[in-house]
Amino acid sequence: MSLSTAPAPVSGADRIAMVRARALAIRRSAFTMVHDAGLGHPGGDFSAADILATLYFGVMRYDTKEPRHPDRDRFIMSKGHCTGAFYSVLAQAGFFPEADLKTYMKPLSKLNGHPNRNYLPGIETNTGPLGHGLPVAVGIAIAGKLSAKDYRTFVLTGDGELQEGSNWEAAMAASHHKLNRLTVIVDRNRLQQGADPASRDKPLCVIANTIKGKGVSFMEDNVSWHHGVPNAEQFAQAMKELI
Amino acid sequence: MSAATHSASRPNEGLYDCRDAFSKTLEALAEANDRVVAVVNDSVGSSKLGGFKKRWPERLVNVGIAEQNMVGVGAGLANGGRIPFVSCASCFLTGRALEQVKADVAYSNTNVKLCGQSPGIGYGELGPTHHSIEDLAWLRPLANLLVIVPSDPWETEQAMCFAAAYEGPVFIRVSRYPVPALQHKLDRIEPGKAEVMRGGDDVAILANGVMLHKALQAADVLAEQGVSARVVNMAWMNPLDIEAIIDAAGTGAVVTVEEASVRGGLGGAVAETLALHRPVPMEMLGFPGFAPTGTVDFLFDYFGLSAAGISSAALKAISRKG
Repeated sequence: MSLSTAPAPVSGADRIAMVRARALAIRRSAFTMVHDAGLGHPGGDFSAADILATLYFGVMRYDTKEPRHPDRDRFIMSKGHCTGAFYSVLAQAGFFPEADLKTYMKPLSKLNGHPNRNYLPGIETNTGPLGHGLPVAVGIAIAGKLSAKDYRTFVLTGDGELQEGSNWEAAMAASHHKLNRLTVIVDRNRLQQGADPASRDKPLCVIANTIKGKGVSFMEDNVSWHHGVPNAEQFAQAMKELI
Repeated sequence: MSAATHSASRPNEGLYDCRDAFSKTLEALAEANDRVVAVVNDSVGSSKLGGFKKRWPERLVNVGIAEQNMVGVGAGLANGGRIPFVSCASCFLTGRALEQVKADVAYSNTNVKLCGQSPGIGYGELGPTHHSIEDLAWLRPLANLLVIVPSDPWETEQAMCFAAAYEGPVFIRVSRYPVPALQHKLDRIEPGKAEVMRGGDDVAILANGVMLHKALQAADVLAEQGVSARVVNMAWMNPLDIEAIIDAAGTGAVVTVEEASVRGGLGGAVAETLALHRPVPMEMLGFPGFAPTGTVDFLFDYFGLSAAGISSAALKAISRKG
């Protein structure tokens, strides 16, 4: 089974435009999910949208028909509360039907408030409590090194999440084991894509300078949208802006 | 820790440290299957993994003194197709990294083998920070996680081999307290299957780990007094052998014995089962709280975890029969 980004990578300006369109679609989808569920974390969904779109539609190799392909690139959503964006990107990438997003947090839905790898394809580990993603990613990267595989491992953490000590335990181990196929992305304002990992002998941390609530005027940089839920008027206004 | 903890008052002849069976079996498993790896928190010595390290240095993943990361790394190694045996003093593995054990291993249902070394009060005089009498109560409610408390070298080896072949999370309690090799009735261990070590009709003593041989000694003491005691090996805490517990209640009196807190471990599991299915008089032996200073043998005797203490608890349970 071949691994590729979905859809087939395109280059230059087209690629950037495509990733932007995906990020916008993730925001619209996530906000609709939060609105319908009456629950969620839209601020963090929005700041993560560009990062997720870039990874799933520009960087990572995966096969939605064989989601546990041994050579796949791994993505770990350490800020596990941002499932609005995470489920949206997985559905858009083709891991499960977009129609399933309508069940977000409904009774017995596979789309729990926090991701579960046994409910849905495309999820590597169950997150929710903060500071769990990086240690698991370090293990995945060590396994890749032991097996001489070239897959890459990406972790998205929140910036507040870095206060959890387990991240620093993992960071020391990542450096010690020279995990050059591991990339940590900190969701913190503005995205910077890193250098070619082949030229490094150590793990990479990308500080993504993002904006919480990005894309909707009344949500940007407003902490009350960490887990705010829009009323009908706010939802309509946001959807007007997210085009 | 040195063996001096035990040897001062107790000859070690004919007795075995289950960690030796652990490390020997892990090496055999690693030889047979290159997916097997060990993950440690600098605990190469206390896990007796010096031999493993010499043979497969690259397959011994030492994350340093960082137990939360250690358990997460185990889950990641499983994701990458490895069979990780995460080995660490049980007090740190289950206490410090409990949330990782819950989320990354049990809830994520990953193929991680957790090996809690020197559990119970195995560290003796080092005290309650290093004791792990709470681990069974902490781990027993975690769905998906199989929990095995081997009683001797054979059962430790069996648990290790089972864990390597089984696809899913397993916790094995690996004792350091010297125990004799027991005469087992089963050819091999089976998930959730208790083992009747000795038949008896007046009382049933349910024990696991290093307490099993003491329960057998207690049955000898009781036999001299004309009391027929059944001894059941409850190595499996999860899944639990409900039928064996209900059968045991058929004797009319039940005693549980464990190297763990009396709250939430084997005693708790048996009490839950009896309350729901067949209530009978019951005595629970274990530790009522943090242990005072003392050698392992002193503490066992102090809390009645001895042939004398167990037999006296059995007589008490019998006296409470209606």
